[in-house]
Amino acid sequence: METTFWEWLANPEVTHYLIVSALLFSLGLLAVITRRNVIMILMGIELMLNAANINFLAFTRFATHSMDGNLVTLFIIILAAAEAAVALAIVLNLYNRYKTVNVDEINFLKG
Amino acid sequence: MSLTTILFYLFALLTLGSATFMVFSRNIVHAAFAMMFTLLGVAGLYVLLYADFIAATQILVYVGGILILILFGIMLTTQGFTSGFKTLTVNLVPGIGLALLASAGLIYVFVSSPWTSVSMEAPKTTITEMGMLLMHEYMLPFQVTGLLLLVAIIGALLMATKISHKPKKDS
Repeated sequence: METTFWEWLANPEVTHYLIVSALLFSLGLLAVITRRNVIMILMGIELMLNAANINFLAFTRFATHSMDGNLVTLFIIILAAAEAAVALAIVLNLYNRYKTVNVDEINFLKG
Repeated sequence: MSLTTILFYLFALLTLGSATFMVFSRNIVHAAFAMMFTLLGVAGLYVLLYADFIAATQILVYVGGILILILFGIMLTTQGFTSGFKTLTVNLVPGIGLALLASAGLIYVFVSSPWTSVSMEAPKTTITEMGMLLMHEYMLPFQVTGLLLLVAIIGALLMATKISHKPKKDS
């Protein structure tokens, strides 16, 4: 029995969550590619990490009976916190030295 | 149309709408506040996926920690009051093209794959099982994470504070 598109839409399954996470991931990718400010790039990376977390939890909820996905998500959140702290310290140093946070103006390594 | 469906679409709309606003907003402070709503929407999706503890952690760590850190970063790195927190975008058309390509590819893979779906009733509590896993199978990652946090704290402190390299003039 073929389910119609509206019936498919009315019952959120694993695919729906995966589509949301795919769209969130591409929005994060867009922020990383198109913005010049380092902090906006960091925010885009956080969006991509959140998209990965949604994937892990969706597979935990719909595909397994174990709690492994929850723990992986917990570790990803901890890693994101550590990454944000270190990255913002780097950004502060960058601003003190070059007086700008735009990534395309920090090209002193270019020969 | 059950309540779960309505809540799922509500949280998905909140997440994706505020993420879109964040990406295309010119004012970086507005972008940070839009990111708060994105993270709250993601926390709502976690609750719908039976991960209540992860949702609470998400709100505590992301909204309470990382977002505040990002706001501090914005305040400490803007040039004067005249710039008005404006940021520029570059390569908008190729970037949108690449993002559309990535999302189309991902969605095609996700929709065309036959996922097995196990119907799982809502667990009474998730914290007990998570704690048992954390203390048995995930003991090594748990300890390594603690070490990583210590290293991150020391590294961030060393980098963010100014250290004078002048030799001491004693004796």
